[in-house]
Amino acid sequence: MSEPRTLLAIDHVSKNFGRVTAVDGISLDIRENEFFALLGPSGCGKTTLLRMLAGFETPSDGRILLDGKDIARTLPNKRPVNLMFQSYALFPHMSVRANVSYGLEMERLPANEIRSRVDAILGTTELVPFADRRPEQLSGGQKQRVALARALVKRPRLLLLDEPLGALDKKLRGAMQLELKRLQHEVGITFVIVTHDQEESLVMADRMAVLKDGKLLQCDTPHTVYEHPADRFVADFIGVMNFIPGKASADGVVAVNGARIAGKVPATLTPGASAVASVRPERIRLFPSIETANRTIGTVEALAYHGLDLQLHIRTPLSPKPFLVRVTADAADRRPVSSGDQVELGWDAADVRIFAE
Amino acid sequence: MRSVPSRSSLLMAPALVWLTALMVVPCALVLALAFFRRGIYGGIDYTFTLENFGLVFDPLYAGIFLKSARIAGTATLIAAVIGYAAAYAISAAPRRWQPVFLFFAVLPFWSNYLIRTYAWIVLLNREGLITQLLRWLGYTGEPPSMLYTEGAVIAGLVYNYLPFVILACYAPLSRLNPELAEASRDLGASAATTFRRVILPLTVPGIAAGAVFVFVLSIGNFVTPALLGGGRFQMIGNLVYDQFLTANDWPFGAALAMALIAIMLLVLMAQALAADRASGPAMQAGGGADG
Repeated sequence: MSEPRTLLAIDHVSKNFGRVTAVDGISLDIRENEFFALLGPSGCGKTTLLRMLAGFETPSDGRILLDGKDIARTLPNKRPVNLMFQSYALFPHMSVRANVSYGLEMERLPANEIRSRVDAILGTTELVPFADRRPEQLSGGQKQRVALARALVKRPRLLLLDEPLGALDKKLRGAMQLELKRLQHEVGITFVIVTHDQEESLVMADRMAVLKDGKLLQCDTPHTVYEHPADRFVADFIGVMNFIPGKASADGVVAVNGARIAGKVPATLTPGASAVASVRPERIRLFPSIETANRTIGTVEALAYHGLDLQLHIRTPLSPKPFLVRVTADAADRRPVSSGDQVELGWDAADVRIFAE
Repeated sequence: MRSVPSRSSLLMAPALVWLTALMVVPCALVLALAFFRRGIYGGIDYTFTLENFGLVFDPLYAGIFLKSARIAGTATLIAAVIGYAAAYAISAAPRRWQPVFLFFAVLPFWSNYLIRTYAWIVLLNREGLITQLLRWLGYTGEPPSMLYTEGAVIAGLVYNYLPFVILACYAPLSRLNPELAEASRDLGASAATTFRRVILPLTVPGIAAGAVFVFVLSIGNFVTPALLGGGRFQMIGNLVYDQFLTANDWPFGAALAMALIAIMLLVLMAQALAADRASGPAMQAGGGADG
């Protein structure tokens, strides 16, 4: 496979509102045909960044290059970029068909071309039976599809989606995650999605950027971000992580109770500095073998049954917060545990990530 | 068989009694009056006739109706344009300033209608403030005659009823999701097209409500034409006033008043019908190029 081409280059972009810096010198490359996620807690600057890509805000500094051309100051109606709004922003006085046709009418295309392109996209998004309805007569999921169809019918170079699944209930959200990914593949358009839901970006994105306080913390594939988080914040924000506070040593972290947690220490961390060792719940095993590098004893405080797996809260001397451990349903059947049990738990040095505190 | 009236209809009772006693009954009396003859020495001769209504269609009086409708229509059009623009500007202002601007918009209501209208006489007078301003700017010719003209009456009506339009238009404009305009821009529409195809259609009910208000209040108005239009200037309101208080022809005054009410009802019904249609079936796709 050849090296994918860069479609959009965000080059040292900043945005200030008065004295508040919403976006602080972010540089990112988004590739052709990629499903890219901008992820971060609310107030991290992801929505401001998205609005700059759509043209509703102008960067205070930096360039936004689309196909190598700076579009930072191009009006929203003059750039080949479309935004799917979080509120969907469907025109309430127009039918579904009129909503979807609107963008093509603005391009002054011939009526028969508009009709055939609208028909095609209504088919793709399964909206044909609702073409003559008004937005108020649609369910949340149908509105979401109209918003998507209205943006996609323009065949933009780049489609921006602002929290596209935020208004849907949990079950529908799961289905739509896969649906969006299928559609993106089908239409071959680059998608940039903004979300605060880390699970959503793990499931959907080819690559993702994690933002905090207007700064870019990490930009990589979901797998790398999950397995090798750039810092403590990313480790905590993406998925669930167990943290063991202590001091850095040459080959790991010395916990507050004196226990040594083996793991690879980053070069930037000098021995003796405050550090935190971390391990994912699914990497911890109950009843580990004697060769396992890191082991401790804890008391089961609570069990939560999730169908697929069993989640245990285990109090250990290593950290003030109880460990979260995930045991597969299969393993739980073979060696049942119950609340109050003393259990041994262990994990490999390779599964430990160490960060500066 | 109806059961005991519910609590909510009991709450409606005072308003219903009030309206019946002070609105329906007097209107019915005026309507009845219109079917009698005028007494020879004033007063009423209680014999049935339809000639009062015939007289309403006399070219002389029909002309006054038309003139009143034209003046009220012009005032409505001007008030709608100015009021919508003002409401648009207020709704686009920062949130915390909007109540302040609205307060200033309705501030004239806090003073008496007559005093406000007299203030216009001070402005438009031959030696009034406007003439003085023109002199100060170097104008040396004849002072313009502005007072006691149709223009003065229209200006007075627009001024007095403008706050209604501003309030009626502000409500839908401030409720409009700003993302709708952004979505239109995002889909390739210019600012002007966005206004014409998204903002205006969604706020037209506010304009209609405000405009109907101005029209109905203007066409029956008699204070403003009397003060700013001069003694000879007559709108229907003045005509009705004269029939009751000067000519002592109550039955004809009553017939004129009924004709006026009929016009107002027609306008209100037209607005209600239009509002009903607007929220009815979906607008179809335009097809083809826009504009």
